[in-house]
Amino acid sequence: MKHLRSIGELGQEGVLRLLDLTDHMVEVNERANPRVPALRGKTVCNLFFEDSTRTRLSFETAAKRLSADVMTFTVKDSSVNKGESLRDTIETVAAMGIDAFVIRHRSSGVPWQASRWTTASIVNGGDGWHAHPTQALLDAYTVRAALGRSGGLDGVHIAVVGDIKHSRVARSDVEVFRSLGADVTLVAPATLLPPVSPAPATDDLDSVIEKVDVLYLLRMQRERTGEALIPSLREYSARFGLTAERARRLADHALVMHPGPMNRGVEILVDPSELAGSMITQQVTNGVAVRMAVLFELLGSGREVEA
Amino acid sequence: MSVVIAGGRLLDRTGERRADVLIEDGHICDVGERLDGDRVLDAGGCVVSPGFVDLHVHLREPGQEESETIESGSRAAALGGFTAVVAMPNTDPPHDSAGVVELVRAQGASAGLCEVLPSGCITMRRAGETLAPFAELARAGVRIFTDDGNGVQDPLLMRRAMEYSLGLDVVLAQHCEVARLTTGAVMHEGRCCSELGVPGWPAIAEELMVHRDVELARLTGARVHFLHLSTVRSVELVRAAKADGLPVTAEAAPHHFSLTDEELRSFDPVFKVSPPLRTAEDVAAIRGGLADGTIDAIATDHAPHPVDAKERPLEDAPPGMLGLETALGVALAELDMPLGDVVAALSWKPAEIAGVGDRHGGPIEPGRPANLTVFDPDATWQVRPGAMASRSRNTPFGGRTLRGKVRHTVFAGDPVVIDGEAQR
Repeated sequence: MKHLRSIGELGQEGVLRLLDLTDHMVEVNERANPRVPALRGKTVCNLFFEDSTRTRLSFETAAKRLSADVMTFTVKDSSVNKGESLRDTIETVAAMGIDAFVIRHRSSGVPWQASRWTTASIVNGGDGWHAHPTQALLDAYTVRAALGRSGGLDGVHIAVVGDIKHSRVARSDVEVFRSLGADVTLVAPATLLPPVSPAPATDDLDSVIEKVDVLYLLRMQRERTGEALIPSLREYSARFGLTAERARRLADHALVMHPGPMNRGVEILVDPSELAGSMITQQVTNGVAVRMAVLFELLGSGREVEA
Repeated sequence: MSVVIAGGRLLDRTGERRADVLIEDGHICDVGERLDGDRVLDAGGCVVSPGFVDLHVHLREPGQEESETIESGSRAAALGGFTAVVAMPNTDPPHDSAGVVELVRAQGASAGLCEVLPSGCITMRRAGETLAPFAELARAGVRIFTDDGNGVQDPLLMRRAMEYSLGLDVVLAQHCEVARLTTGAVMHEGRCCSELGVPGWPAIAEELMVHRDVELARLTGARVHFLHLSTVRSVELVRAAKADGLPVTAEAAPHHFSLTDEELRSFDPVFKVSPPLRTAEDVAAIRGGLADGTIDAIATDHAPHPVDAKERPLEDAPPGMLGLETALGVALAELDMPLGDVVAALSWKPAEIAGVGDRHGGPIEPGRPANLTVFDPDATWQVRPGAMASRSRNTPFGGRTLRGKVRHTVFAGDPVVIDGEAQR
């Protein structure tokens, strides 16, 4: 595998291989000294054109635990053609001897453009509204582990709630969950769905809340009210927020997930630490292991995790 | 010096025949068997037609000469078989005064590769606020008025533009796009953009303005031309307007009858254009519109951009594609229409819309100005972006095999392209 830019190019087999590899990385992370020499001598560059402290820290941690050298380049990207071009940035950094770029950009497709300009591996750290494959993998891993599954997610009912249209997390999650056999329902008003929905959709959270095994809440961007996508955050919370009343109607085994950062009082109106099924912290923990698996898969060819 | 085009198959609005064409002093002076002249252009196996007329090109001069100049764009036009092109007004400064229009025309004349017909702005600075001086621009020879790149958003202003234009023998050409529906838009709104997470440019943004301007044309009686139609419903609206006898015409671009939004799966900004590449159904509708004459003309919307601009992130890259050098090859490769109908849409029909039927697109007969295109309709060739005469490289057809290649172009009696090579 050369790049990880989308779940689609990974395929179901690749997803399962990475989830199995993640099991191994979780075991590494549970050790007193969670570090292996697997990627010693490799250099990973985090190239973030958009702020994202969590994803960046997660990738940095993952690279370090595999003993790769890691550098982070946060580019204050003031849109059109100011200063150095995207291509010049990629080519300049690549010339320093980079084995993999982790790229985050507000415009969809930048990881594909970048892969035309460098021979390094590209990991998509989130592009526009398009894809966030490592988030999707960590979410799939979290569901699989929490429900005690070993293979796929056949028959698991997952509701993804919120701003699907503008969410790279939603696009990649729907892809990964469906490729693993889960039943996905999207819950959103039509204004927050893409023109062609990737999965069955409803605007009635109450009609699905009791049936789901996983309730996946998306972050609601506050500026969406200005674009006439929702009347107000208050109305959004009333229709699509996880209230205490809705939390009580969840099945006992149901998981509650969120990609972070949470808008408390908007999409989640209860204290997540008081939700028995909250996986929100576990997702972050698993994120490091998944990213270790991804980096090892891309750069560790011919090597063992433990040298 | 006399020139003979020898051995070709003549194709014009009167039909087809085999004959040689003798050209002298800028005019056709004889059409017949075995003519002789100082210079002979071999047209064996080729079609000799009236020169092509492109209603829609961006030559970028003045203001954006790193993308194209009137000279480089004229050369691309000549190589594409065009003897006249309508230069869009979105230059810097734009075509909203006689001075700019005269500059563009003069630069075209000095390049001497084709006739450059400046369009005029509908509104000052193309800002959509106040009318440009139509009469002054018409006196400077402008026939087609447009804010292309922008649609005229304000319905009152558009109504006034139509009413004011009535006595001036001009055409109002609309770039149909309701801007409020396309803020931030990058590609066609549909399945593909939904999957790619790319902001969508909905078909309705075009169709609402086509509808509005059809109705304003009905109200005012003004002569309206629709630029670069791209959707099923747009074609239907224009078809219905024509059936009602309204004075409307329309054009379509080669990329809209050959490529779909699926191209954007590569995330290559070379496929970003406005209006965007749409679906296979839309492509079929554009072909149908050309076949039944709803769409009068093939116009390229030739829109050069420098390489670095097309290497920006998809959302930041400017829309637009080269078209002049590939139009014939795409049309003949993609359209299932009689050759005469394809040439009509490239030559005499747009010539009439541009008001240059006296010198372009006319029958090949003695006394006519010698603006002629000689092309091999069966020649296949591969598009090489690096070999383009345009200053830019942003063709969406790079690497594709096209059918139909221009061999010679004669402009005002002067062979400006011979055997596929520009002569200046």
